Amino acid sequence: MLIRRNRFAESPEREVTDRALYLRRREFLRATGCGLGGLWLAACGRADDATAASADHSPDKSPVRSPDGFTTDETPTPFEDATTYNNFYEFGTDKGDPSDNAGSLVTKPWSVAIEGEVAKPGSVPLEEILAATPAVERIYRLRCVEAWSMVIPWRGLPLGQVLARFEPTSKAKYVAFKTLYDPKQMPGQRRSVLDWPYREGLRMDEAMHPLALLATGMYGRDLPNQNGAPLRLVVPWKYGFKSIKSIVSIRLQETQPETTWNVSAPKEYGFYANVNPEVDHPRWSQKREKRIGDFHRTRTLMFNGYEEQVAGLYSGMDLHANY
Amino acid sequence: MTTAARRLPRWLGQAVLTGVGLLPAAWLGLGVLRDTLGANPVETLEHESGEWTLRLLLATLAVTPLRRAFGWTWLAPYRRTLGLLAFGYCCLHLSIYALVDLWGAWDTLVEDVLERPYITVGFTGFLLLVPLAVTSTRAWMRRLGRRWVVLHRLVYAAAIAGCVHFLWLVKADLREPLIYASVLALLLAARLWPRKRLATNE
Repeated sequence: MLIRRNRFAESPEREVTDRALYLRRREFLRATGCGLGGLWLAACGRADDATAASADHSPDKSPVRSPDGFTTDETPTPFEDATTYNNFYEFGTDKGDPSDNAGSLVTKPWSVAIEGEVAKPGSVPLEEILAATPAVERIYRLRCVEAWSMVIPWRGLPLGQVLARFEPTSKAKYVAFKTLYDPKQMPGQRRSVLDWPYREGLRMDEAMHPLALLATGMYGRDLPNQNGAPLRLVVPWKYGFKSIKSIVSIRLQETQPETTWNVSAPKEYGFYANVNPEVDHPRWSQKREKRIGDFHRTRTLMFNGYEEQVAGLYSGMDLHANY
Repeated sequence: MTTAARRLPRWLGQAVLTGVGLLPAAWLGLGVLRDTLGANPVETLEHESGEWTLRLLLATLAVTPLRRAFGWTWLAPYRRTLGLLAFGYCCLHLSIYALVDLWGAWDTLVEDVLERPYITVGFTGFLLLVPLAVTSTRAWMRRLGRRWVVLHRLVYAAAIAGCVHFLWLVKADLREPLIYASVLALLLAARLWPRKRLATNE
């Protein structure tokens, strides 16, 4: 009993992960910032974006395998597919609607309301957020709850570093995010398909996990509107709907926030929504997924393949009950 | 339009209708060859073949009410053509799902059919259509006599299964499946209505 409580209180597994990352941070940033950016661009043959890759670092022939598992060496989904096959109901419910309709979204100027349990709340211009934290590039798997998946090279800020700047108080147990609500810019909001504005949330330790990213770009350029410009969440071990787009509000709070899909269908979409092949959606199987670009399905990995990094966050939790 | 259709020889009319009915399949085939079916072509094939199954089933079910309401007896022979086209698209739909999408994932396939209600319902709809397609020939009509009419009432159940299958798989936006379900409801209701009127007229 005593042993178990100590293990829980100290969470050594979590700390080890963080520490290892911290010690390797310089090396990691260098590798992802220069090497990988050029590498995947070369692999995709998209020379028009070559400005993103530094001329001094010609792409390596062998794939850069990030030892911490933070970047996958799987082939990125074609840019065309990643920007025309989207779930962003604010612009319509068909996969092609966001790319057709998201042109009406104005992303400049943009500011984010930092609210709730922080020492430094306020409305913060996006430029200020971007200037304060060094950007990283990561290639993550993205697994949708609809059982399809992609591989996307992101650029963004580690969410934990951004939050830390606003000094969360001891009462900050959860982070709640909100998407812009403006039916003029987001025509999909004129119908109440979902309870607008779109809301999502994370537990504080999930938000502080170094894998959690506030993305501002993908494929070496700024986020296209349909992918959640100008600022979106990327939580690669959770189903895609957790990775909320076009964020205008980040609130730290003591209670678990309401989340849109959970409100819409509580038996189908939980607060945690961790990718889990063992826990099926009530209406369809989650054991396999269709990787966009493939014809057949492949097996879905526990925590979308990030088990080593994030399993510690959920030790002792019943993942069937907390789906 | 109706006069032209009336004058058309039956075989020619059926050939034209079959040709037109196969155009969506041809378009999908072309899409596969030219890779123009989007980021998830298998899903596009599944959705399109499924929707064409429903459209053609509804068209099949529209024949009798239209014939009765407007006296369009020339429509009658096209009911079978439409029904067989619907069955063809249903086979295509099922094949793409089972033989392309879930190729090799047989455990998932079996689990889907047995345990996922929306797939169970859809698969049931397919099974209901099989005997109808088999007994669609004139020889079977003669052999079954009155029982043929009773047997072919299964098409109502199959169409309901198809609509439920569609409604059940959607995440939040029910508009499209509700349109199909409403048309089906109308077509089924129409079957109750004219008979009564005919009865009172007599």
